[in-house]
Amino acid sequence: MRILIVEDDEVLIDGLKVGLGLAGFTVDAVETCADAAAALHASTFDAVVLDLMLPDGSGLDVLAEMRQRDDATPVLLLTARDSVADRVSGLDAGADDYLGKPFDLDEVAARLRALTRRSTGNASAILRWKSFQLDPASMSVSDAGRPLRLSRREFSILRALMDRPGQILSKTQLEERLYGWQEDVESNTIEVHIHNLRGKLGPGRIETVRGVGYRLAESGA
Amino acid sequence: MKSIRGRLFLILMITTGLVWLSAIGWIYLSTQAKVEKVLDARLVEAARMVSSLVASQGMDPAKAAEFHVAIAEPHPLYDRQLSCQIWAFDGTLVGRSSGAPGTPLTETDEGFSETRVHGETWRVYAVADAERGMRVMVGDNLSVRDRLVADVIRGLALPAIVALLALSGLIWFSVGRGLAPLNAMARALANRPASDLSPLTQTGSPSEIRPMVDALNGLFARVGALRQRERDFTAFAAHELKTPIAGLRTQAQIALGAGEGDVRGNALEQIVVGVDRTSRLIRQLTDLTNAENGDEAGQGETVNPGQMLELLADDIRRHKTGSVAISIAPELHETTLAADPFLFSLAARNLLENAAMHSTQGGRVRCTLHRQDDSATVMFEDDGPGIPDDELSKVRDRFFRGRNKTPMGSGLGLAIAELAMKRMGGALHIANRDEGGLRTEMEFRLSVKNDT
Repeated sequence: MRILIVEDDEVLIDGLKVGLGLAGFTVDAVETCADAAAALHASTFDAVVLDLMLPDGSGLDVLAEMRQRDDATPVLLLTARDSVADRVSGLDAGADDYLGKPFDLDEVAARLRALTRRSTGNASAILRWKSFQLDPASMSVSDAGRPLRLSRREFSILRALMDRPGQILSKTQLEERLYGWQEDVESNTIEVHIHNLRGKLGPGRIETVRGVGYRLAESGA
Repeated sequence: MKSIRGRLFLILMITTGLVWLSAIGWIYLSTQAKVEKVLDARLVEAARMVSSLVASQGMDPAKAAEFHVAIAEPHPLYDRQLSCQIWAFDGTLVGRSSGAPGTPLTETDEGFSETRVHGETWRVYAVADAERGMRVMVGDNLSVRDRLVADVIRGLALPAIVALLALSGLIWFSVGRGLAPLNAMARALANRPASDLSPLTQTGSPSEIRPMVDALNGLFARVGALRQRERDFTAFAAHELKTPIAGLRTQAQIALGAGEGDVRGNALEQIVVGVDRTSRLIRQLTDLTNAENGDEAGQGETVNPGQMLELLADDIRRHKTGSVAISIAPELHETTLAADPFLFSLAARNLLENAAMHSTQGGRVRCTLHRQDDSATVMFEDDGPGIPDDELSKVRDRFFRGRNKTPMGSGLGLAIAELAMKRMGGALHIANRDEGGLRTEMEFRLSVKNDT
């Protein structure tokens, strides 16, 4: 899951990057409204964590611009201004959730999972497909009750595929969800992860749609 | 005198008393003159009458002297006021009125004179009749005259004193009534809660009180604005502190949860950075409050800028790990500026810190002095990134952190420097250097220091 953090405090950015990274998120961070707008135009994110007081303006402007473009990416406002009036105006401006500073790292992660779950239309926190169960919160996967040991990347790929079973995800889409801007991606890494994942899930689970991408196989065992 | 009522009463009573006293003095003098004139005329008349009686009707001079007293029928209070003597030229007393002394009333031959006879002063008029060889003298006892004048004055002064007493009561009462609006205002102010800074109503207040009401309302407005500013500032400061605290908490949570050495180490390092920055932010918030609300800048205090900058540079070198050279021009040590040392150190410290923080590794910060006829300027130059032109107008705003901010920056440094310079009566100038980097200037006016 790829998250954009818009925040201008470096210690906090570092903390969110590391903390959310450990919780299974791919995190990109920008410090200004201008950079945020540019990032949102260039890439797709599963959720945005937005501070209100930014060096070159208010985070609400970024939010308004997103919503005007019909960009429905869930937005979590993370700000020092957390009076009831501020919360109301933030939510009315199109934010999906609001968290006052200082906050609990686990709560940010949980809220982000809830936001993305809602945006993909899943009611349950645990993703299910055939005999597989994926719990984003504990980052665990099981097959008919038998736990599977997946790496962080493999987990992220499986999660992306299980978010919308049957939908084809291109290699680029998977890369975007897996890697932040700073990370170098070798050309065949996705293939390597898919290969390993297939080995762990069993044959015929992940289907290659030639020239398009990957999806969970409808048929098969 | 604390009470306006008492003060007004005293002033009015003293002035009224003085006016009345001088009026009485005037009346006394003019009455005295008039009485003298009238009585003198009577003396002359009496002397002439006696003289003509003796001459024309061949009257016995001794009888004529008595006659005169009879025609001048005296008031019982002022009796025996006139004495008449008729002397022969050879010095024998021809006749005298009863009560008149046996010795001559005057040595003067003719006209007015004053003599002391038996301890009493007499005003005497003498008429000489050369034909008969006789001299007529008519005298007036002066103490009787004085008594007459004194009686007139007494008659005036008594009602005056009674009237003055009545007047004092009226004045006391009227002054009290006149001051009633002031008392009403005082009551309104006394009953006010501390939070109520609404203006006093102007309607119905007399024109004399209006300037005071205006002044008070002005003061209320200023105090209200100050309080609002402080409230805004507190709220803003609280918000500003929440972000670094959120960072600290997040990093602490990571450090607690992370078993791996690298992640934990990084988190702890970030915590140290966060704590440093937060403590700097708190120090700057305190500085800002001090610069804003501190006591009036001390008069006549001086600063040696070189010495002060040396101290500040030492402090910065000790706290900053990066290697930035700070050079202080020798002329800064040789000059003395008329400025409050505390405010000077506030401004200089923040400008110097700013320059040092924005300098590249191994960079150099230069402090120099530039003197002109009417000003002395302490200049700080760094070779950092400078400030984007569109942000130059905003950098003095509180909590403004532009695009070229540093991790330690709080957005308060330039605001504090600006405030401190204003308090010292100087000015802060900020400009990008043509060669790259930023130049900040503390400009002090050298002309006679205004005590603002």
